[in-house]
Amino acid sequence: MTAADPARQAQPAHSPSPGEVASRAAEVRRNWLLSTPALTLLFLAASGPLLVVILYSVLTPGEYSGVVWELSGDAWYRVILHRDIFDDTVSLADAHLRIFWRSAKLSLLTTFVALIIGFPTAYFVATRPPQQRTLWLFLITIPFWTNLLIRTFAIMEVIRNEGIVNSTLMSLGVIEAPIQLLYTDTAVLIGMVYVYLPLMVLPLYASMERLDFRLVEAAYDLYATRLQVLRRVIIPLVKPGIIAGSILVFIPSLGAYVTPRVLGGGKNMMLGNLIELQFGQGRNWPLGAALSLTLLVIVMIALLVYVRNVSRSESRG
Amino acid sequence: MQQQVSEGRVLIDSGKNSNDASLMIEAIGVSKIFGSGDSMITALDAVSIGIREGEFFTLLGPSGCGKTTLLRMIAGFEHPSSGAILLDGSDISELPPYKRPVNTVFQSYALFPHLTVAQNIAFGLQMLDRPKAEIAETVDRMLSMVKMEAMKDRLTSQISGGQQQRVALARALAPQPKVLLLDEPLSALDLKLRKEMQIELKRLQHETGITFVFVTHDQEEALTMSDRIAVMSEGHVLQVGSPHDIYERPANRFVAGFIGETNTLTAEVMSSTTDRISLRLGEGLELDAELPSGMTPKERVTLVVRPEHLRLSFGTTGSSLPGTVSNVVYLGTDTHYHVRLDSGDELVARVQNSSASDLQFGIGEAVAVAFEPSTVRVLRD
Repeated sequence: MTAADPARQAQPAHSPSPGEVASRAAEVRRNWLLSTPALTLLFLAASGPLLVVILYSVLTPGEYSGVVWELSGDAWYRVILHRDIFDDTVSLADAHLRIFWRSAKLSLLTTFVALIIGFPTAYFVATRPPQQRTLWLFLITIPFWTNLLIRTFAIMEVIRNEGIVNSTLMSLGVIEAPIQLLYTDTAVLIGMVYVYLPLMVLPLYASMERLDFRLVEAAYDLYATRLQVLRRVIIPLVKPGIIAGSILVFIPSLGAYVTPRVLGGGKNMMLGNLIELQFGQGRNWPLGAALSLTLLVIVMIALLVYVRNVSRSESRG
Repeated sequence: MQQQVSEGRVLIDSGKNSNDASLMIEAIGVSKIFGSGDSMITALDAVSIGIREGEFFTLLGPSGCGKTTLLRMIAGFEHPSSGAILLDGSDISELPPYKRPVNTVFQSYALFPHLTVAQNIAFGLQMLDRPKAEIAETVDRMLSMVKMEAMKDRLTSQISGGQQQRVALARALAPQPKVLLLDEPLSALDLKLRKEMQIELKRLQHETGITFVFVTHDQEEALTMSDRIAVMSEGHVLQVGSPHDIYERPANRFVAGFIGETNTLTAEVMSSTTDRISLRLGEGLELDAELPSGMTPKERVTLVVRPEHLRLSFGTTGSSLPGTVSNVVYLGTDTHYHVRLDSGDELVARVQNSSASDLQFGIGEAVAVAFEPSTVRVLRD
């Protein structure tokens, strides 16, 4: 009796009829059913593989490849530490750290250079008459029609010692001997900027297209010089595009594989190449898995730092 | 209209000295041509105009008459194709906007959405590198001048249209420009707010003493606010003068028709001297009118008479025009009588509704239309 009381009291305030309950339950069921394909895909393509990678990173490498089902922390240990095979002295894994550093440095540089080139490009497209913009956007996306590998080899042709850049400079007498561009970090940088530039331009364009250019006029009217208009009005207003573009360029740059492989030669490895090495010649899948997860963590840290900085500068105004 | 404009490249500056030393802005033969070849558009055709220091000057005209182009040239967003614009005696034609001591209140307000009300007002002062203390002091003064103190930390998207208007004004006035340009700033406001802002603008102009150049297509707004008005059409300035001049002494048919309601009549010229003209209208009505200076009349001229200057009476009297009432429009304070004259012309007479004169005319009634010769304006074309 006492237990039934609150239930009876609660009844009038909130009394769904049996039919209502049934229809709401049916709606919930239908919504779940409709999202099943997306959830399945998400699990199969993202969460599932990620779990496999996490699992492999704590197993023991098999003799020729694959893993032995035996728990081990060795792979994680070897991500940053190195044990000498002769005297067992432990030191930092210089080779790995250098590659981490090169990856971070080249990705940041790629993002920066893509922003420097992409910003005026997007501005140019956004200030064309509307009917011309589609054409310019179309032109920007044309490189996507060609396979990444082929585009990368094309860059190689351009910058190699006998390539068009060096031969032009030499015939003009600017340089006497060819500049070694290919197989350097610079080559990797050029290649990555070329490959990822559209990913910077498109989100930048999207936010610049929405920019009210009368605000630019208003700023000029209020004694702002060109540079001040850019700094005080345009950049703050297109910041969402800058953030989106930077993220879209930085993340794939960090894990780039083809570009550093082809243009950096064997020596200038980036994280992607290091990971590939462990699954291939290195035959150390757990280390490869641990390095993959390290990459994931670096990306997440970078994103967090970036987003926090941006929101702080925004609240500062 | 076309013909009138091509002939009408004349400036009637209500008889005052146009080489006045206190001219703040002077446009000398300014033309602006957009595009080229077949798609060439002449937005302004050799416009000359003088705006005095400290006056409320209005550029009035229908859309496409070139008033906004002229304003944008004073602001520096456009540069003249030929001619020159002087500010306080020095040529500013080629200066970029940020080097001119001129600020604009934009039609769309163009407030910076990423800045607060106070930051918007401070923007111009910051660009001019004024000391921080001075900026803070000026911003506070501007906020109180436009009564927006309570809103200073709001973003501009969080305030109403009328408030945005006030912020736009405060932002443009904060750097204390020599000239404030206003590009149809009231057009986005509703009627009540617009009336309030008209008074507010006059007050601000009076308080600051800054020269205001106001662009509008609303003739009533122009009449109520301006010290002087320039009426523009198709890239030409047709007449410059005080609201009274423009209304009572329109220079041509366009000005007469654009400012308020008007009646046009054609008259036969009987004789003329240098400043007087004798006219005959239809049968019987003869009158003497003032002849605009410099005009040599042909056999026929056009006259304008404002509806409030027409008097109606029953039957036909001596010096009047006979006609029939064709329509009656009651407007509260006045009644408009549409009269078809026996000569075929249509006139509108405005009669004030007062208990003293309860003269009422019905549709179809025969009436006589009369007016004082002094209220008649003879047009050049």
